[in-house]
Amino acid sequence: MSENTASKAAAAIDRAKAEGRAALIGYLPAGYPDVQASIDAGIALARNGADLIEIGIPYSDPVMDGPVIQAATTEAIANGFRVASVFDVVAGITAVTDAAVLVMTYWNPVMRMGVDEFSRRLAEAGGAGLITPDLIPDEAAEWIEASDKYGLDRVFLVAPSSTPERLEMTVKASRGFVYAVSIMGITGTRQAVSGSAEKLVADTHAAGAERVCVGLGVSTPEHVREIAAYADGVIVGSALVAAVRDGGVDAVGKLTKDLSAGLRREPAQA
Amino acid sequence: MDAPTSKPEQNAADAFLQGGASLRNASGPYFGSYGGRWMPESLIAALDEVQDTFEKAKADPEFIAQLNDLNKNYSGRPSLLTEAKRFSQHAGGARIFLKREDLNHTGSHKINNVLGQALLAKRMGKTRVIAETGAGQHGVASATAAALLGLECVVYMGAEDCRRQALNVARMQLLGATVVPVTNGSQTLKDAINDALRDWVTNVENTHYLLGTAAGAHPFPAMVRFFHEVIGEEARAQILEQTGKLPDAVCACIGGGSNAIGLFHAFLDDSSVKIYGFEAGGDGVETGRHAAAITLGRPGVLHGARSYLMQDEDGQTVESHSISAGLDYPSVGPEHSYLADIGRVSCTPTSPISAASATNPSRTPKRWTRSGSCAALKASCPPSSLPTPWPAPSRWASALPKARQTPRRSRSS
Repeated sequence: MSENTASKAAAAIDRAKAEGRAALIGYLPAGYPDVQASIDAGIALARNGADLIEIGIPYSDPVMDGPVIQAATTEAIANGFRVASVFDVVAGITAVTDAAVLVMTYWNPVMRMGVDEFSRRLAEAGGAGLITPDLIPDEAAEWIEASDKYGLDRVFLVAPSSTPERLEMTVKASRGFVYAVSIMGITGTRQAVSGSAEKLVADTHAAGAERVCVGLGVSTPEHVREIAAYADGVIVGSALVAAVRDGGVDAVGKLTKDLSAGLRREPAQA
Repeated sequence: MDAPTSKPEQNAADAFLQGGASLRNASGPYFGSYGGRWMPESLIAALDEVQDTFEKAKADPEFIAQLNDLNKNYSGRPSLLTEAKRFSQHAGGARIFLKREDLNHTGSHKINNVLGQALLAKRMGKTRVIAETGAGQHGVASATAAALLGLECVVYMGAEDCRRQALNVARMQLLGATVVPVTNGSQTLKDAINDALRDWVTNVENTHYLLGTAAGAHPFPAMVRFFHEVIGEEARAQILEQTGKLPDAVCACIGGGSNAIGLFHAFLDDSSVKIYGFEAGGDGVETGRHAAAITLGRPGVLHGARSYLMQDEDGQTVESHSISAGLDYPSVGPEHSYLADIGRVSCTPTSPISAASATNPSRTPKRWTRSGSCAALKASCPPSSLPTPWPAPSRWASALPKARQTPRRSRSS
């Protein structure tokens, strides 16, 4: 993994590790249902046990997202969400919490604003870095340069289908942590966590990654407990978005508290 | 028809050609600064497998023989090159030839690519193919090839397109395919591709994504072109046989651009042959409701490739508009973006509404933008002034369906 002592995401994961547990990473879309509500929901996430927060930029063509997130981001755009508002959301959360805040975005909105300008504004807002679901390191020269310049984390994804060569290459290009997708598929709640996730985490660690977090289809405290046993962090998305949809900020806080109960490894390590 | 104005880069293309370098057989992943693989990591292994299988098949005489046999004895190739004498007369005397891809089995050029990719799917041991379709031509071709080769077939089609192309939905179902109406976004081709990609990433183990246009992530643009090159190769031999010389110009409609790249490819290195691409002008480029990605878009990434893209100032894809379901796509194949940039292909938006208007200088026959299976070759460019308006405005105006009334944001593209 690229060296950077200032990685905010790595620091947040390491703080959790020091407490003998995996980190909890919660996803929420910016601007859903509006900008202020998404800030409030992000703060509720942080205050109820999330160590890192992933703020998604609503995008017109979210090919990695299932129905829950698609519906939320489509509504955010229909409500007038503008991409630059994501910096307000990040700043609004980092101003009052210690959580590391990453932005999850499909690549075209970043390219449209300009990779350097986007990176500069994200850093100014206190953001930790970017999670890039449709940008692979092979195409990321411009982002690697900008993220080095502004000290931002680069979270690339690895999948059960990734070859050993690609795992190694992706691990080298990443900073903060590596995002392991638990299953071949798109976001959304599932009954059980795929068995391929544990092997992928082990392979990614073996490829040199210090921190590997697992996402996709993780929605219950039981899922969190299962993954926390072998991964450095657990990422929950659609379930939290459904909580915003059905119960607003209070429901997000309650679900986060429930999810975080599953984090502690047994037996606890100091 | 007015001759489309050439881009200032035309000189660059001429210089390129005079330098002896070839524009043919570009292998990707990049065409200039376009193309690439802007895709989720989950799909990279599948793209590598497709690329590897394609490269090996291309070099395998047995595969080529199998493909040629299907083209001849199943699709009915070579397709005819027909001189449109009355149209030529009407248009002022230039000899105009139509490359009749509509005469292929299933009624469009789409079968060329579909047979090639379906054979590759079999080679990869896949049992299921998925496809997106706009007008339904690619869906019908995919359903046909799947039935021929014993593959399960699922076709994603925008709900709006299902409605306006209901006959093709029935054909696909008759052939045993499952048609999934897509209700996201603009409910057209781009949204069908989104859902097909979601299916592919979930079922990639047993499924090949039979992408229908020369767009998407590498190797699709170069691979789809390869399977359509037969259009241009035939056309070039046929025009030489019928007229004894190369045409002054070739032209084709461009949505994603598979028919166009298939035709253009044979002529890319013939510097005397002008090449024109016509994009869907929709309600008129000034309205913002069109599908003229090259003419009015700016480079961006969608569906795996960097190319010209209709997008707003936030990088959100702008919904495209064309009464032709087959041209209703907000981006374009990356090789077309490159060929337009270097000036080898001149791209012009053409609008069915404005073409019918006496006050508008564009007189491109609206039929080119209306047909999902656009005739792919006009071997000689019509002159810049027409003796009579063609076709008669009143007749066409009454035949035009009402524009879709979908609420949308109106930001600049």
